[in-house]
Amino acid sequence: MSLRVIIPTPLRKAAGDLEAVDVEPGTIREIIDSLDQRYPGFGARLCDDTGGLRRFINIYVNGEDVRFLDNLSTSVTDGAEVSIVPAIAGG
Amino acid sequence: MSYVKGLRCRECGRLYPKQLQAGCEDCFAPLEIEYDYDSISRVLSREVIMSRERNMWRFRELLPLDGDPYVGRSSGGTPLIRANRLAATLGLHNLYIKNDSVNFPTLSFKDRVTAVAINKAREFGLEAVGCASTGNLANSVAANAAAAGLTAYILIPEDLESSKVIATAIHGARVIAVRGNYDDVNRLCCEIADRYPWGFVNVNLRPFYGEGSKTFGYEIAEQLGWRAPAAVVVPMAGGSLISKTYKGLKELERLGLLEDEVKTRVCGAQAAGCNPIVDAVKRGSTDIRPVKPATIAKSLAIGNPADGYHAAGIIAGSGGWAEDVTDDEIVQGIRLLAETEGIFTETAGGVTVAVTRKLIEQGRIQPDELTVIAITGNGLKTLDAISLPKPSVIEPRLDQFDRAIAGKAASSGA
Repeated sequence: MSLRVIIPTPLRKAAGDLEAVDVEPGTIREIIDSLDQRYPGFGARLCDDTGGLRRFINIYVNGEDVRFLDNLSTSVTDGAEVSIVPAIAGG
Repeated sequence: MSYVKGLRCRECGRLYPKQLQAGCEDCFAPLEIEYDYDSISRVLSREVIMSRERNMWRFRELLPLDGDPYVGRSSGGTPLIRANRLAATLGLHNLYIKNDSVNFPTLSFKDRVTAVAINKAREFGLEAVGCASTGNLANSVAANAAAAGLTAYILIPEDLESSKVIATAIHGARVIAVRGNYDDVNRLCCEIADRYPWGFVNVNLRPFYGEGSKTFGYEIAEQLGWRAPAAVVVPMAGGSLISKTYKGLKELERLGLLEDEVKTRVCGAQAAGCNPIVDAVKRGSTDIRPVKPATIAKSLAIGNPADGYHAAGIIAGSGGWAEDVTDDEIVQGIRLLAETEGIFTETAGGVTVAVTRKLIEQGRIQPDELTVIAITGNGLKTLDAISLPKPSVIEPRLDQFDRAIAGKAASSGA
């Protein structure tokens, strides 16, 4: 059982230079924790001291912004695609 | 000659060299171009500015190009109109319209930001440019890319008005419609910009691109006699225009070019069907809660505005306010402007007029204070939003004409 997490260029150095990583299903928070265990420091790039998602990071599950779902408690199932996208553009 | 010192992260302050970069690598916040204002102040004066041609490059030291612009040389320099008839209807005495609905070459304020981005793409030696767009940016990038001899990849939401699609594709750009809203298109563009060596004007060229909007503010100040207005009303999509307009006023103040301090109350305008920034301002917060857009004002239909946080902060910090209006009110706003001032604006302009009316009713704008409203795009771009009765049809006979106009509105049925 696994799902794919797409890593944007600015975060690849922090994730072993990988474009995508396969992880076990779980909540977004659990997925971030498991990536942080594999790549120490990765979690801090996504979440701030309060444990919340950083303002300028968006996470999408199958194209849907988790802020419309359950934020970090959003449950992600087998075969889903999670995309981390810095919230840079717009306009 | 460039006066750019580098790209500074708005949040953590890290400084990057002048390069293609979408955001901060540490915290992903937007980057602000930093200038050597001391050097600029030694070369830029009112006299120097006024000696130049009337276009956006009048203020070239404050724009991030290394050399002269290759395209967009006639962009900007749009009229500032004293709107007495509109003012009278709204109960104001001192109202001006900054009219970018006639901007060159594609009839929206986007020609300002695109000119900077595409010239910069050439300076960086890029072969292709791209963008995600709600419409005006698509037109502008396609046109300016053609004039620059660059390939353009334009991504739009599938439901974009046909007039905007044609006006983009006509320039030979590669146009791709995406099943989804603007935010879906935008996310895809971020992913594409990550993978292809292209200049996405509102992604990896964004810090440069955004600077073009400062000229909207510079021109307002110059056209008012080197003073900032008491209040300005600006429509908000991504939140960049309103933020950079204010930055423009503050830069002129910093360079000592204005008569007085900038005390402008910055007011933002959105559609009720897509109002994340207005909502934050009303909550007294700068935290943006993304929404799913549902409005005829498609050019403002950005549910997750990248500069929303910044815009909300500027509005609150300046003592301004923000309001939103229904689709019906938007159309009424378009018609009011057209009927009182002879200016046909697109839905975003209708939003601005309608919100201005609301702000006056709320006492947020006073009748005597100098107010400028931002009309950002031309009405010919959003004809789909307007529904008017068809004209009377008559035989070519004088008596029929007499009957048609006697005691009836000219546009009523025959």
